[in-house]
Formats: sequence, C-alpha cells, structure tokens
Amino acid sequence: MNRLSWFNAVSLTLGFAFLYIPMIILIIFSFNESKLVTVWAGFSTKWYGELAQNEAFLDAAWVTIRVAVFSSTLATVLGTAAAYVLVRGGRFFGRTLFSGMIYAPLVMPEVITGLSLLLLFIGIGLDRGILTIVLAHTTFSMCFVSVVVSSRLVTFDQSLEEAALDLGCSPAQAFRLVTLPIIAPAVISGWLLAFTLSLDDLVIASFTSGPSATTLPIKIFSAVRLGVSPEINALSTLMIAVVTVGVITASLVTKRAMMRQKQDEMAAARTE
Amino acid sequence: MRRAFLIAIPYVWLLALFLVPFFIVLKISLSDIALAIPPYTPTLDFSQGWAGIKDFFSQLDFENFIWLTEDDLYWKAYLSSVKIAVISTFFTLLVGYPIAYGMARAPVEWRPTLMMLVILPFWTSFLIRVYAWMGILSNEGYLNQLLLWTGIISTPLTILNTQTAVYIGIVYTYLPFMILPIYSALERMDESLIEAAEDLGCSRVQAFWLVTIPLSRPGIIAGCFLVMIPVIGEFVIPSLLGGSGTLMIGKVLWEEFFSNRDWPVASAVAVVLLLILVIPIVLFQRNQQKQTEAEQ
Repeated sequence: MNRLSWFNAVSLTLGFAFLYIPMIILIIFSFNESKLVTVWAGFSTKWYGELAQNEAFLDAAWVTIRVAVFSSTLATVLGTAAAYVLVRGGRFFGRTLFSGMIYAPLVMPEVITGLSLLLLFIGIGLDRGILTIVLAHTTFSMCFVSVVVSSRLVTFDQSLEEAALDLGCSPAQAFRLVTLPIIAPAVISGWLLAFTLSLDDLVIASFTSGPSATTLPIKIFSAVRLGVSPEINALSTLMIAVVTVGVITASLVTKRAMMRQKQDEMAAARTE
Repeated sequence: MRRAFLIAIPYVWLLALFLVPFFIVLKISLSDIALAIPPYTPTLDFSQGWAGIKDFFSQLDFENFIWLTEDDLYWKAYLSSVKIAVISTFFTLLVGYPIAYGMARAPVEWRPTLMMLVILPFWTSFLIRVYAWMGILSNEGYLNQLLLWTGIISTPLTILNTQTAVYIGIVYTYLPFMILPIYSALERMDESLIEAAEDLGCSRVQAFWLVTIPLSRPGIIAGCFLVMIPVIGEFVIPSLLGGSGTLMIGKVLWEEFFSNRDWPVASAVAVVLLLILVIPIVLFQRNQQKQTEAEQ
C-alpha cells in the first residue's frame, strides 16, 4: 500500500488545515492597515515599525533570549547526563525515584511547578530575577532533553562503546569519541526543544520572575488580556518565522547526519 | 567513582529543584496567611534551637484544607477541570488518531515532512496559538464573518468566553502531543498483520478494530496522559478563551496567589491538585518506562 487512500488523504488535509489556518490568518492580519484586526483595510507593514520602537517589548525580548540561551545549554548538559544514567547507568539506589523525577515534570501542570519553585526561592532567600527564571526553566526542560536523548541512546548499538573500551579508551574517551557523535543530532534537537520551551513559557516565568526581569510571554499575556491587537499579531508573526526557520534547519541537519551515518554503516558493512 | 558523580549531578539537581519544593508547598499549605514578608506564618526559626522547631510544628494546621471543603468554589473548580480535561482528551484523540493514522500510512518519503508539519506548531509559542483563536472566535471574529457571509447563520454566535472555546483551544494546542506517540506506535506496526487479518476473513473495519487499535494502544495511552494531566491544571487557555464562566483549578490557584496574595490557600490548592494527579502521573511514568524497556 504505497498510495494514499482517500480516507487518509482527507484526514491529513483536514488535520493540517486545522493546525495551520489559525496561524495563517494571524500572519495575514499582521499586515493589515487597520487597527481593527478583524476588518481588512489594505496591506501595511506599519505594525512592525511600531514594534521596533516599543522599548518594553524589546527589553523583554532581550531578557527572554538570555534566559533561553543559559537555561537550554544547562538543561542540555544535565539532561544528556540524566539520559545516559537512565539508559546505561544500570541499577543504582533510588533509580525509580530518579526516573519518576524525569517523567513527572513532562506532565506536571505549570502552575504547580511555578508555585513550588517560587516558594523554594523565597525560602532560601534568592532574589527573583533572571537567575531564578534560568534555574526554573533548566529544571523542567532538562527532563524533555533527557527523554529526547534517551530515545536515541536506546536504539544505538552498545557494542560500539564496548569496542572502544576494548581498544583502550577510557569511559570518558569512549563517550566523547563514540557515543557523543552518534547521539549528537538528538542532543542538538534536545537543545532546540529546551530553547523553545524557555522562549514559550508564561506560567513558570510569571511565578519565578521579579520586577527586574520581565519576559516576552509575560508582556504578551498582559497585552493579549485586553483583546486582539495588530502589534501582537506582528510580534507573533516574527516569533513564528524564527521557529519555522529553526525547525527546518534542524530537520535538515538531522537528515544529513542520518544519511551520513547510513553511508558509514554501509561502507563498514562492505569492508567486513 | 566517576559513575557516581555522573548520577549525582542530575539527581541532586532534580531533588533540590523538583522534589524539595513540593515539601515546601506542603509546609506552607499548613501555615496561616500573614501581613508580612513572606506573607505566611509561622516561619522556621533555627536560632531558638529545639524550642523554635517545636513551636513551628505546633502552629501548623489543616485550616486551609478545611477552608477548601467549605467553599463551593474549590471543589466545583476541581470537578470542572477534571470534566473539561476528560472531554477534551477524548476529542483530541478523535481528531488526532486519523491524522496519525494517515501519516503512518503515507508514502515513506513523505513521512519526515509530515512529521515536521506536526512538530512545527508544537514548537511555536503556546500563547500565540491560543491567541490566534481569540481573533477567530470573537463575536466579530473570522468564523462569524464567514458563517454570516455564507448565510448559515443570521446573528453572530457567541463562542469566545464560553467552554466551547476552551475545548477548541485545548484540542488545537494539545493535538501534537496526541499525534506523535500514536504515530510512532503505528509506524512501527508491521502492515502484513493487517493483510493476515484480512486473509483470515476480517473486513477492513474489523481488522482496524482488532489489530490496528490494540497495537497502537501504548501510543494512545501515552497521548491521552500527555494531554489530560497538564490540561487539568491548565491556566492560559481558560483565562484567554474561557471568560469568567469557565471555572478551572489552574486559574483559581493563579488568582489565589497573584490577586488575593493568599499563599497558604494557593499552596493547599496545589497540594490537592497534586494528590488528584499522583495516580495518573505514576501510571504515565510506568507506561513510558515499559515502552523504553520494550525498545531496549
């Protein structure tokens, strides 16, 4: 069965229409001349111009980007370590608790995570600001990274690591020279996931940020509560554009890496 | 030695920033509100030694939890959150399964592109995706304009700020969480099993119910958990699309904390919510672990 049956074609078309039409409408109306977002009054890019002059949004965007870079990098290191421990660590004391702490944040309602982290920060007397948002974001996004990386770790051939160890590598060398290059695409997509999760987060950031650090989603949320505005449409369009470019680049990189790996495997099979 | 170090770093991080905070929430839920910084009492004072600790524990009580049972608002909010989560999970499954099925049966060379098309909205800001529906569903919104223009309705429908809008918003934003696990279960499935069932006299519909559905069950279970658990505590969707008529516990917790500044009651709300979620979360984690071990 290599052709698409009509049922599948219809469900895919409707499904993707449902997923994409709201965003396409949003993008179209960001180029609307009128302040009334629901009435089309001609093409204009003026809302983008106004956006570029909005200091509050620009400041918030800068805070958001710094938080995302720091937290996603930290989360990638911690999450990769956690994945390695989970898949290759064997049995150790409290393994069930550990795996529970990896999976629970994936589904934990954000209001609970946010509230509990805030109470922790206040309890230990840490001033709320960029640092506290970074700590909070790292904690929940490392779990996503670890799920992504561990799904790659379980599928790859462990005998490659064993071979490296037999040939005289230390465990650290084996990890750096064999394991890391193989799981690199998963580590990169884990980083990207952590980055976008951090860019996106409203609830946890609202709890853990102080007056000195407002992130973009917090700003957007307070503006959106008052209703739809073309300026927010323009900002949303820019954010959608950044994510689209990022996801497409990432998938091309992964595809190339996987093709190269397949070629290597085929070459290896020939020499055997 | 190195192995212990590798285990310890993520372990300690999660203990300190995930597990310990829950105990702090529990402790504050047993405290009383106070006009102070931080706005609750008692606070633990180690400088007075054992007497201080004893004094601290003697001041903790279940007053906030009793308060939760006395005021209708809270249990109604819990109930309506669970109801909204169950119904919207069902609809997400209904919409998501055919898409996942179509993807898994599409030609192999299309699949990476289809996969990317599902992931793309998932990576786009949650807030933006909810916001997009505000423009569509409002009284002067695009949906009403379209329906009025085609003559299907003569007066605009009120959808925004109702529970219908909340359901639409949840199905829309959580759809990728349902599609991806089901797709990965279906994609791994051996299609010759369907052929075998059909050879043995099953109709296509029977083969679907008897072979495809059971084999995709781990994906369905994972998808349902991934949607239902976070939706119970959802805040953004009910506050932007639901209006004042939609009662959900995430919104109640938020308002208790940010508007009323009653941290002990907000903590008590969180503790009860967590108790409701503990069983589904444990089941979800079991399901995930079983799948990971099956792959290994």
